[in-house]
Amino acid sequence: MRRSHEPVAWSLFGAGGMLLAFIGPGLVLTTALLPWLAADDPQATHAAIGALLAHPLGKLLVLACVALPLFHTLHRIYHGLHDLHLPAPRLPLQLLCYGGATLLSAVTGWWLLQV
Amino acid sequence: MTETVTVRVQRYRPEEDTAPWEQSFEVPYSEDLSILDALNQIKDQQDPTLSHRWSCRMAICGSCGVMVNNEPKLSCKTFLRDYREQAAVTVRALDNFPIERDLVSDISGFIDHLETVQPWLIRSEEQPVSAGAYPQTPEQMQRYAAFSQCINCGLCYAACPQFGRDPAFLGPGALALAQRYNLDSRDEGAAQRMQWLNAGEGVWSCTFVGYCSEVCPKDVDPAAAINRGKVASDINYAVNLLNILRGKDDA
Ligand code: SF4
Ligand code: FES
Repeated sequence: MRRSHEPVAWSLFGAGGMLLAFIGPGLVLTTALLPWLAADDPQATHAAIGALLAHPLGKLLVLACVALPLFHTLHRIYHGLHDLHLPAPRLPLQLLCYGGATLLSAVTGWWLLQV
Repeated sequence: MTETVTVRVQRYRPEEDTAPWEQSFEVPYSEDLSILDALNQIKDQQDPTLSHRWSCRMAICGSCGVMVNNEPKLSCKTFLRDYREQAAVTVRALDNFPIERDLVSDISGFIDHLETVQPWLIRSEEQPVSAGAYPQTPEQMQRYAAFSQCINCGLCYAACPQFGRDPAFLGPGALALAQRYNLDSRDEGAAQRMQWLNAGEGVWSCTFVGYCSEVCPKDVDPAAAINRGKVASDINYAVNLLNILRGKDDA
């Protein structure tokens, strides 16, 4: 039997799931809800987020928060489609799911380097 | 008049049937009648040609697995009284295995997978009998105790959709048993068992459906065993990658 390379996908899936579970709710709260509900100075909030994105560690954090959940979700969708007996060969589906996650992560990384 | 229950039994006699079919029997009902008792009643009193497997009658031997109303069950541990609300009880051979005859399925694929993972204590050097037993603390035993309860009944294989689609998948029972030995402090065979866990047909065919753990009559929780196997295989993958980077051979 040959060694499977699934550990690569599974590690990204696991890391994404862990990240979502631990800091997902906090992220939604601080970036989406609080600025609308609590902050009386939207421009200050905007500047604060801008400062976060300007710092290399901030960029890394945002990249992790976008890329890992992408891999998590598309991994689950890929296996979910298999479980639903989608009559499609595996390779194009893999390209679509993992390729899609890689592409979107790369675009995010590129965009983060621009700001 | 005594109350009876309708039991619909799958029949398949390869020498005369081209496909399995269903035969209905009326069995006298009693509170303590198991599905196995009902099948034995049918065989003894109504149709001696019925074939089904059983031995211990107490959920130990693991040979009486059948599908009862579409669920994998040990027929000796399943009682007619729990199906009183339903019009009939349907019994057929375990799913995901070829049928040999009537309720007897050919589980040799499962047995082969069990042998593949080398489910015995592997020592690099056996100590002589005169040295006595290999000691183990209760804590060390707890690490694998649940996984050692398996009676090789195959119910988890009948429940597993991945095994149903690809019989090469080692499956819940065999992977739980591999974990049982890998976690045993007296065992030194984890390294050689990892190759089976690492394969696509090993832990990585599992998509964590979890039905295997639901149907297991011994609470082995094979789904948890496989998930722990995934963590072990993941670490093994990373270590192997590091070794390749350091110039060693791909293991
Ligand atoms: S793990 Fe449970 S269901 Fe599977 S063979 Fe063992 S006892 Fe039966
Ligand atoms: S007859 Fe032995 S387990 Fe049911």
